[in-house]
Amino acid sequence: MEIFGIPTALLGSQLLVGLINGSFYAILSLGLAIIFGLLNIINFCHGAQYMMGAFVAWIALTRFGVNYWVSLIAAPLIVGVVGVVIERLMLRRLYKLDHLYGLLLTFGLALIFEGIFRDQFGISGESYEVPELLSGGVNLGFMFLPIYRGWVIVASLTVCFGTWYMIERTKLGAYLRAGTENSQMVQALGINVPLLITFTYGYGVALAAFAGVLAAPIFQVNPLMGSNLIIVVFAVVVIGGMGSIMGSIVTGLGLGLIEGLTKVFYPEASSVVVFVIMVIVLLVRPAGLFGKS
Amino acid sequence: MNAPVSFAESKMPLFLGVLFVLGLIAPFAIYPTFLMKILCYGLFACAFNLLLGFAGLLSFGHAAFLGTAGYVCGLMVRDLGVTPELGILAGTVSAGLLGWLFGWLAIKRTGIYFAMITLALAQMVFFLAIQIRATGGEDGLQGVPRGNLFGVVDLSDNIAMYYLVFAIFCLGFFIIYRTIHSPFGQILKAIRENEPRAISLGYDVAKFKLIAFVISAALAGTAGATKTLVFQLASLSDVHWHASGEVVLMTLLGGLGTILGPLVGAATIVALQTQLADSVGSWVTVIMGAIFVLCVLSFRRGIVGELQALIKRSGVN
Amino acid sequence: MLSRKFTTTACAAALAALSCGAQAQISGGSVKIGVLTDLSGTYSDLAGSGAVLATKMAIDDFIANEKPNFKIEMVSADHQNKADIASNKAREWIEREGVDTVTELVTTSTALAVMKVAKEKDRIVIMNGPASTPITNEQCNDVSVHYTYDTYAVANGTAKAVTTGGGKTWFFLTADYAFGQALEKDATAVVVANGGKVLGSVRHPFPGSDFSSFLLKAQASGAQVIGLANAGADTTNAIKQAAEFGITPKQSLAGLLMFITDIHALGLKSTQGMYLTEGFYWDRNDETRAWSKRFFEKQKKMPTMVQAGQYSSIYHYLKAVKAAGTDDTTKVMAMMKKTPINDFFAKNGQIREDGRMVHDMYLMQVKKPADSKYPWDYYTIKATIPAAEAFQPLSQSRCPLIKK
Repeated sequence: MEIFGIPTALLGSQLLVGLINGSFYAILSLGLAIIFGLLNIINFCHGAQYMMGAFVAWIALTRFGVNYWVSLIAAPLIVGVVGVVIERLMLRRLYKLDHLYGLLLTFGLALIFEGIFRDQFGISGESYEVPELLSGGVNLGFMFLPIYRGWVIVASLTVCFGTWYMIERTKLGAYLRAGTENSQMVQALGINVPLLITFTYGYGVALAAFAGVLAAPIFQVNPLMGSNLIIVVFAVVVIGGMGSIMGSIVTGLGLGLIEGLTKVFYPEASSVVVFVIMVIVLLVRPAGLFGKS
Repeated sequence: MNAPVSFAESKMPLFLGVLFVLGLIAPFAIYPTFLMKILCYGLFACAFNLLLGFAGLLSFGHAAFLGTAGYVCGLMVRDLGVTPELGILAGTVSAGLLGWLFGWLAIKRTGIYFAMITLALAQMVFFLAIQIRATGGEDGLQGVPRGNLFGVVDLSDNIAMYYLVFAIFCLGFFIIYRTIHSPFGQILKAIRENEPRAISLGYDVAKFKLIAFVISAALAGTAGATKTLVFQLASLSDVHWHASGEVVLMTLLGGLGTILGPLVGAATIVALQTQLADSVGSWVTVIMGAIFVLCVLSFRRGIVGELQALIKRSGVN
Repeated sequence: MLSRKFTTTACAAALAALSCGAQAQISGGSVKIGVLTDLSGTYSDLAGSGAVLATKMAIDDFIANEKPNFKIEMVSADHQNKADIASNKAREWIEREGVDTVTELVTTSTALAVMKVAKEKDRIVIMNGPASTPITNEQCNDVSVHYTYDTYAVANGTAKAVTTGGGKTWFFLTADYAFGQALEKDATAVVVANGGKVLGSVRHPFPGSDFSSFLLKAQASGAQVIGLANAGADTTNAIKQAAEFGITPKQSLAGLLMFITDIHALGLKSTQGMYLTEGFYWDRNDETRAWSKRFFEKQKKMPTMVQAGQYSSIYHYLKAVKAAGTDDTTKVMAMMKKTPINDFFAKNGQIREDGRMVHDMYLMQVKKPADSKYPWDYYTIKATIPAAEAFQPLSQSRCPLIKK
C-alpha cells in the first residue's frame, strides 16, 4: 500500500523513529524550558549534562556492575547534584547581571565537561547494552519495533507529563510559577525562593541526565553526543516559546515527527528542517507557538 | 558593557603606532603562519566586538560569516581563477549580504532571543555547507591556490602573504576604529546603554543595529576569506558553532568594548591552542572552557579592560 | 716506481675518504618521520596508536639491522579526522620542524589535503590508512605512495564474492565523504559486473551514531544485501543496529571495509560467515605470526593491515633513503618505486608510477564461534587475490602521471 508514492511501511517506520527522536527532544527541551522559565538562563550546558547522564550509567555498569534500572534513578540524581553545585557556586553570582553572562558561563562549563570526558574516553564511543528485560522486538506489521525504543517513548512521555502535572497542578509548581513572575513577592510570602531556584536548576539538569541514560543503548555513549543535539533542542525551545512547559513537550514531539517525515521525502533536508521551521515561526509568531510575549 | 578610559584612550595612537611597527618586523622573528592566524582571528574578533562590545548585540552565529566568505573566496580563486584580492573582496561582500539577511531576521528580537536566532541561522548555514557539493562537505574545499596579488606578487612566499594579511588587518581595524569614533558609533553606544531613550530621541534603532550587524558580518567575512588563502583550505570547522563560541571567548578574554581587547584575546587563544595542541590534546577545550568560566565570574573586563582599570587607578593616585 | 703496497694503501685510503665524504646527504641532519593519524576518534583502533607503534618498531628494527649512518626521528599527532587540522599540522611540521615525510593519514579527506601540501613543499607522503581510489587516480601526484589497500581492492574481493555467492540485489549505506562515496562507486561497479543490481543507496553523516532511519530505508528496498560503505565504529554500530531492528538475518550485511579490530569488537556470534578482504592477517604464516606477536606484546591487540602496512612502508622508505644516500624527495621516490618489497607483509610488492603499491590481497571469511580455537583466531583465508588482479589496472587509471 502506498501513500504519496511511499510505501506505508516505510512511512510508518520513519514516523516511529521520528517519534523516538521527538521523545528526546521533548525531555531535553522541557528541561531547558524549566530552567529558562525560572532562571532566565539558557543552559548551554544541557547537552553536556545529558552526556554525563549517559556516561554515569555506562561507568556504573562497566566498573561497578550497577544495572540500567538503578542508573535510571541514580544518574539523574548524581548529575542533578552536580547541577546544584554549579548553581550555588557560580550561576547564583550572575543573576544580577545581563542574562547573557549566564549563557556564556554555561557554554564554558559545557566545554570543560566535554573536554574532560573526551580526554578520558576518546570520541569513538562506548557501547551500552540494552537491558535484558527490554531486548528483542515486536512485529508491528509495518515494521519490527525493538522493545527498547518503544520503552523510550513511554518513559519520556511519562516523565514529561509527570513534570507538566507537577508544575501546573501542584502547590510546588504554583510556587515555581509565581517565583518566575514576581520573586520578591513570593519571597515576602515566606517561600525560600533561592532554594526553589536551586531545586529548579537541579531538576532541569536531572531531566537531561535521565534522557542521557535513555539514550545510552541507542546512540552509543560518547563525549560529543550532547553537543550536536543541543543546538537542535535550542531551536525546539525557541519554536515552542521559551518558558512554556506544554509548548516544549508538544513541539519536541511534533518536530521529531516532522523530521521523520522529511527523511522519507527529502532526506538531505532532515537536519535543517527544524531551523527552517524556527525562522518561519519567528517571523509569524515571534513569541513562539505557545509563548506569551 | 564597559566604556573606555580617557587616559588610556589618549595614549592610544602611541600604542597603535608601536604595534604597527612591531607588526612590520614580526615575521622575521616569529613563524609567519602563526602570526597570520592571529591576525585573521584578531580581525574576526574585532568585527565581533563591534557588534557586542559597542552595539550590545550578542551574535552566537558569527562563524557563518567567517566560513561562508572562506568558501566563496576559495571557490572563486580555485575554480574561477580569480586573483586573491578579488577573492577576498567577494568573500567580504558575500558575508555582508548574509549579514544583512541574518540581521533583518534577528533584529526583531533582543538579548537572548537574538543570540538564539543567530545561532539557529548559523546552523542552517552549517548544514547547507555539508549538503552543497561545491563546498566539499566533510572533505572541505582543498587546494586553494594563494595566487598572485593583483596578478603580480606571488603569495606562496610566506613573507609576502604575511604583509598582505597585515595590510588587510590594519585596514579592517581602521574601519572599525573610525566607525566607533564616529557619530554613528556614538548612537550605537546610546542604543546599547538605553534603547528606549534612543528611540524616544527619534533614532531608527533597528536601522542602526542592522548597519552595525552588516559591517560586523562583512569584516568577519574578510577575516574568513583571508584565512582561506593563508591555509589554502576552507572547511566545516569554520562554520561550526564552536568557532562562533571561540570568537566570543577571544573577545571576552581580551576585553569587551575595548579597542585592542579582541586582538589580545585572539593572540592569547591562538597561542594557547598552538602550544597545547600536541602536548595536551583534549585539555585545550577544557582550558578554554575554564577561561570562559573565570572570565564570566571574575574577569569580566578582560585583559585590556583590567589593564585600563589599573592605569586609571594608578593615574588617580 | 711507487711500491705496489703504497699504491694499494693510497687507493684504499682514497676510497675510504670518498665513501666518508659520500655520507648520506640528509637535510637537517636527520630523517624525520611524521605520523599523522586519528588517535581518539572513529578510526583510532584500526590505525591510531597502533600505527605510531608500528612506525617506532620499523625505525628501531631498521637501526638494529641496517646500522644506517643517519639519525632517524619520529613525531606524531592527532588529526581528529579533520582535513584542516591535518593540513595545518603537516604544513607546520614541514616548515618549522624539518619533517621529511608525513605518513599514515587515515581518513581520505586528510590524506588528500596533506598530499597537496606535500607536493607544494616537495616532501614525501606515505599513506596506509586512507582508502579512496582518487588518491591514485584524479588526485595522484609524484610525491605520494598509497601503500596498504584501497576501495577498489576491498570492493573487488568482498563485493565479488558476495554477488557471485547469490547476493544479487544490493542497497548501500554510505558514509557521506570522499571515502564512502569511492567505496560505494567501486563496489557498485563490481556488483554490476558480476550480474548484480543496485536498488538504491542512502548517505549518513560522518561519523554517525544512530543508523535506524537509514537502515529502515535499506530494509524497505527489499535488497538481499545491504552494503556498508563505511568503516570503523560506523560499521560496527550499523551492524549492531541492523540486528536490533530485525533486519538481519533476513537481509545480509556486507561490510565492505572491515578490520580485525571490528570483528573483535562485535564478536564472532554476530559476524560469523561475513566475507571481508584484507591485505594482511596476523595468523597467515610463521613470518606474520612472529611479527604480530611482537606487536601484540606492546599494543595488546593484534595488528590490522593498516598497522602492519605502516611498519612495512616505513621500513621500505628508510631502506630507500639509505640506498639513495639522501632524503631528497625525487631520488628517494625513484628508489622506492624501483625496489620491490619482500617482507612479512608482502612478497614482490611493487610501487607503481601512480604511487599505488600492489601486493596480494586475501579474501577471508569470519569463522563460526565453535571453530575459533584461540584469541584472535577469527578468519579462514578463502582465496589469495594476486596483486595483478587485486588492484585497478594501470590501463584504467585516471592519473595524469600515467602516459597512455
